[in-house]
Amino acid sequence: MFQELINLFVRSIFIENMIFAYFLGMCSYLAVSKTVKTAVGLGIAVTFVLVITLPVNWLLENYVLQPGAIGKWLGAGFEDVDLSFLSFIMFIAVIASMVQLIEMIVEKFAPALYSALGIFLPLIAVNCSILGGSLFMQERAFGTITEAAVYGLGSGVGWFLAIVAIAAIREKIRYSNVPAPLRGLGITFIITGLMGIAFMSFMGIKL
Amino acid sequence: MSTEVKQKESLFSKKNRKLISDPFNDNNPITVQVLGICSALAITVKLEPAIVMSLSVVFVMAAGNVIISLIRNLIPNRIRIIVQLVVVASLVILVDQFLKAYAYDVSKQLSVFVGLIITNCIIMGRFEAFALANGPWKSFMDGIGNSIGYGVILIAVAFFRELLGSGALLGFQVIPDSWYIANGGFYANNGFFLFPPMALIVVGLIIWAQRAKNTKLIEEN
Repeated sequence: MFQELINLFVRSIFIENMIFAYFLGMCSYLAVSKTVKTAVGLGIAVTFVLVITLPVNWLLENYVLQPGAIGKWLGAGFEDVDLSFLSFIMFIAVIASMVQLIEMIVEKFAPALYSALGIFLPLIAVNCSILGGSLFMQERAFGTITEAAVYGLGSGVGWFLAIVAIAAIREKIRYSNVPAPLRGLGITFIITGLMGIAFMSFMGIKL
Repeated sequence: MSTEVKQKESLFSKKNRKLISDPFNDNNPITVQVLGICSALAITVKLEPAIVMSLSVVFVMAAGNVIISLIRNLIPNRIRIIVQLVVVASLVILVDQFLKAYAYDVSKQLSVFVGLIITNCIIMGRFEAFALANGPWKSFMDGIGNSIGYGVILIAVAFFRELLGSGALLGFQVIPDSWYIANGGFYANNGFFLFPPMALIVVGLIIWAQRAKNTKLIEEN
């Protein structure tokens, strides 16, 4: 059991990396990776929100949305209710409201963290990797809530590593003589592609 | 825009046509605005899912822009993100159910990426930047233009990846069988194009080609 969780954790960081394998969260990855400092802030915020929203959405999926799930606790008459078509709207509502809630809690109890994450927290509601995490969780049908939380943590850490690495490279590349039409966006795409190829070497690991 | 002279504009005036044509080149959502890459690249291994994805985005984008534009004066500013998410999510549910009913195989291939249209930054971006400030018809044109600009890049990437990676287009073999090494020829598919990182590199090269032609898009650093 414990070993399986570690496997899942390592797999979601390296083999099924959100950025390099699924391109999720690319918009903010490209927009906020100009300096390492902001990249670290956004990376932490994404990890934080993934760890919190995935278990919540797991509960929602298993006790409300799945065919027949709502009958488990509402009893007779609800056994064959299938609400799975509502999952997109429920997940995104949970994510948007959790982000709002987390923002308020962090502001109240950890003002230092709030000023560090400040502008990034609201942006995260529309970060694809958060909704993507929930949808992958639904597709893979994790058995326990711990698995969902571990998967969220792993995906978040993987995303964090990717954005910090690209930000560091972009800080350095400012001093290189890149062909003019490739400057900025173009070279960032190609570097991400090359990093993805490097990450592909993890695919051979059987976990 | 309030400074605009109030006069009756024809539906396809020059300015309205520009709303459609601009996103193809000067203001392309993917290569210039850097929006909507998230859910795009993973489904470009083959041409067919890329086309289905583009059509879905055209529908969601055009309909969503019109709806947001119609209710733009009723939305309180503070909760506009949630209102926008609800509108997109409802439209995406329609698309998802439609695909499951009429194109089940493609819907399986797209897996979670249909759902991810909700957080496709280009849709939220156009709501924020355009539909909240303009009338329904203009928003419709803007939605069509931007989603087609997005689709063009998606289809171009998928074209190269499917052609070079599996020697086929839309599932039909286009490279003659006799060319392959196995049949005594000289050609082999580049299997590397089927892996995710190549999508990024192909987009990088498309950006390079576009900016070499259109020099005003070149960035400082």
